[in-house]
Amino acid sequence: MTATLTSPGAPTSAMTGQMCTFWVDGLYFGLQVEHVQEVLRYQQLTVVPCAPDAVHGLINLRGQIVTALDLRCRLGLPPRPEGELPMNVIVRSRGEVVSLLVDDIGDVIDTTDVPLQPTPANLPPTVQDVVGGVLPLPGSILLVVDAERAVDVSSPDTTGGTP
Amino acid sequence: MDDDAEIVAEFLVESHENLDQLDRDLVELERTPDSRELLSSIFRTIHTIKGTSGFLAFNRLEVLTHVGENLLSRLRDGKMTMTTATTGALLSMVDTVRALLEAIEHGTGDADPAVDVESVVAMLERVLAGEAEAAAEPVVAETAAETGAETGAEAVEELAEELVEELVEELAVPVVAEPAAPVVEVAEQVAEHGQPVPLSEEVALVASAAPPQPVEPQPVVQQAAPAVEPPAPAVPAPVAAAAEPVLDTEPEEGRRGVVDSSVRVDVDLLDGLVQLVGELVLTRNQILQRTESADDVELVRASQRLDLVASELQESVMRTRMQPIGQVWSKMPRIVRDLALQLGREVDLDMQGHETELDRSLLEALKGPLTHLVRNSLDHGIEPPAARVAQGKPATGKLSLRAYHESGQVVVEITDDGKGIDPARIGDVAVSRGVVSREQLARMEPRAVLDLIFRPGFSTAETVTNVSGRGVGMDVVRTSIERIGGSVDMTSTVGAGTMMRIRIPLTLAIIPALVVGQGRERYAIPQANLVELVRLEGQDLRDNVETLAGAPVLRLRGRLLPLVSLSEALGGAKAAPEGLTIVVVQADEVRFGLCVEEVHDTQEIVVKPIGRQLKAIPTYAGATIMGDGRVALILDVAGIARDRVIGAAHAAEAEVAVGTVDARALLVLEVSQGRRAALPLTAVSRLEEFDLARIERSGGAEVVQYRDGILPLVRLAPAIGLAESPPTEDQISVVVHEDGTHGVGIVIDRVRDVVEEQVVPTEVGKRNGVLGSAVVQDRVTDLVDLDAVVRPVLAGVR
Repeated sequence: MTATLTSPGAPTSAMTGQMCTFWVDGLYFGLQVEHVQEVLRYQQLTVVPCAPDAVHGLINLRGQIVTALDLRCRLGLPPRPEGELPMNVIVRSRGEVVSLLVDDIGDVIDTTDVPLQPTPANLPPTVQDVVGGVLPLPGSILLVVDAERAVDVSSPDTTGGTP
Repeated sequence: MDDDAEIVAEFLVESHENLDQLDRDLVELERTPDSRELLSSIFRTIHTIKGTSGFLAFNRLEVLTHVGENLLSRLRDGKMTMTTATTGALLSMVDTVRALLEAIEHGTGDADPAVDVESVVAMLERVLAGEAEAAAEPVVAETAAETGAETGAEAVEELAEELVEELVEELAVPVVAEPAAPVVEVAEQVAEHGQPVPLSEEVALVASAAPPQPVEPQPVVQQAAPAVEPPAPAVPAPVAAAAEPVLDTEPEEGRRGVVDSSVRVDVDLLDGLVQLVGELVLTRNQILQRTESADDVELVRASQRLDLVASELQESVMRTRMQPIGQVWSKMPRIVRDLALQLGREVDLDMQGHETELDRSLLEALKGPLTHLVRNSLDHGIEPPAARVAQGKPATGKLSLRAYHESGQVVVEITDDGKGIDPARIGDVAVSRGVVSREQLARMEPRAVLDLIFRPGFSTAETVTNVSGRGVGMDVVRTSIERIGGSVDMTSTVGAGTMMRIRIPLTLAIIPALVVGQGRERYAIPQANLVELVRLEGQDLRDNVETLAGAPVLRLRGRLLPLVSLSEALGGAKAAPEGLTIVVVQADEVRFGLCVEEVHDTQEIVVKPIGRQLKAIPTYAGATIMGDGRVALILDVAGIARDRVIGAAHAAEAEVAVGTVDARALLVLEVSQGRRAALPLTAVSRLEEFDLARIERSGGAEVVQYRDGILPLVRLAPAIGLAESPPTEDQISVVVHEDGTHGVGIVIDRVRDVVEEQVVPTEVGKRNGVLGSAVVQDRVTDLVDLDAVVRPVLAGVR
């Protein structure tokens, strides 16, 4: 393992295994299935004025109110083209349920045999902040999302909203 | 007695469960003797039983648990350490408590001589006394004597034996001494061990002490805690009854009803149910909407049935969370009694409305404040008997607690017929404590003065008693009540008594709210914050809404109400609509108007938490789900007020002066770069803003064209001997004063506030145009001599 890394997104062995995959702005991301509660199609959103930029709105998940975070915004990627509806990846984090809005959902893949590698240093810091490591798969590179960090929008560089 | 029977039943159910938990905790504690958490939990359980038994007059139970509690508190505070003997003593206490409860359940009451309390009490006492062997003998002798007086020799012997057997079985502690070992022998053993006596020995000691000498029963407990009543007088009982198996856990047929008739449910489970039912109700709403236009008769019928069932289900589930306030009140007689003794008062406690129900979480939160208020009534309210008689009142004071439902709220009143609260004294104390200044006090209305007792650090008790008077009282009461969405107010008549009234919502989970529309979203405003709705259009809008230095205000029945645009509060654009829909809201002391786009309707909404990503935003209190399944945010009115920086507009005083302009009300202005000046509000007709370009000259005077006429202007700053501020904006703020047919525009920097306080003018700063200075809102303010300011101008017009 490459556990000698000192960057905040240091990969750990806990970041491989069954991965729920999805695409955001052409990038291929994976999230450990243990963190994923379910995947939903587009849900109607209630906008939250004054909220941090990454907060896209609130959705009603069977009576539970869930904050939807736009992963494009969280990753510092360009906004979703007009008319394209995002999908919800419902993630459990620290006892709370949060929805990550992604472009498209992929398969659940097993990556147990693939060693996790550190995030290449030349990736934008906003991406590095969320990604805990990469898995070079045949034909594609999977960016492994750290769920805890993805739902944390408190860092100043991701809260552009006027409070 | 029916009420009592119910309370007893409740007590039994609760205690039985608590005891099961206790057993587990105690055994666990033996393994981890340092666990403060476990000790605290055990302590609380015993404390609860003790409190309730005191109220229900189960004196022996109370005595027993009291000693147990003493021991536990020492353990908890680390003054003693846990040993096998301690655990043993505590376990035998639990067993005896259980035996007593069973006796109570079977109708024999806790005076049942079949249950040997005294020996266990003695045992606990001994452990408490610190296992010195010297102490062992007298205590045993005393206890034995006492026991003997009550139950007779055979009974004691038999009981002790059984107790030992039972305990040995349960604890699997090796028996060191024979149950019938003579006292001396045991004492020797204790001496040899030189350490805590194992449980079996303790019990053996008791057993060996028989046959006893009948002597005067001597309450052992009283030395330990003077506040506690001595044990109940011994009840002579037939020996036959005493010979019944004591610790027989087999219930009598058909007597166990109370424990089985109710089920304890985890609150989380209940909360889950509430949530599910909320969801069901929403789904029902959707189905109802769809079926309204349906042709299928069967479907319509089914949906109607669904409607009915869902409503009933919702109501029932909500009821499961409700508990009668009697639960809190059950503690009061005891508290009152103890305090009355301690303080030398004679008090009659009268309680009404036991059955008034409210949400259990609220009930929990109410306990502390209520106890505090009752204590206050006894300590500060009701006078000592002699003082009462001297004033021609009956020696016995009256304290009454009343609870009832009123318009969706629970009202709790605590009334005493004591000396009342004297505003003058409150004022003196407030000044001496530095809570307010003498000047501030002079300007306050009597009611506002009384309200000072809610300020932090205030206490009028001349001496700090251990009952109250530490000055952390009323503000804490108010804070904790307000935290659960309630309010406290007080009325008091000097010499006749005080009434504190607490209002709390029925439940926190479901609240009535006004749904308003803004942009494409809907927002809910809790009804509790709602004062009134105002719609202004056309001429009314122009007449009543003015913009002062960019800040819109509404004239509402003679008072100026700051306006906040919801659109702007939500970070949107400033709207300039044809009409204004204003929701007048109040939070804490602040009242303001919230301009919204649309008003929908009032609804019962289910309050749901929002994620931590949104917690930091002050604007929202939570979220809810509307009938169509979409999420709507709940506005936090207090948060908006803080966010939009609206100072306290002294709404409390506004209540007093409803609808009329108080003759003393002052319009506080800023002139000459931050200097304060005040005009009587009665002299103010309108507040206007004019573009600088509109100022024209007529002779030497500045004028503007205003309402088909010419309005002469007078600059206030030079008129009262101050320097004029340099113009910073391309507008001027003008106070229009109308004197009969003539008007004068007084040019100022900006309007600060309207205050309705009594001001005390001083000669300081008296000059031409200024009557004097006063402290208004903690700032030295020039009181403008309006006549002197406008006379020269009006003279020119006339």
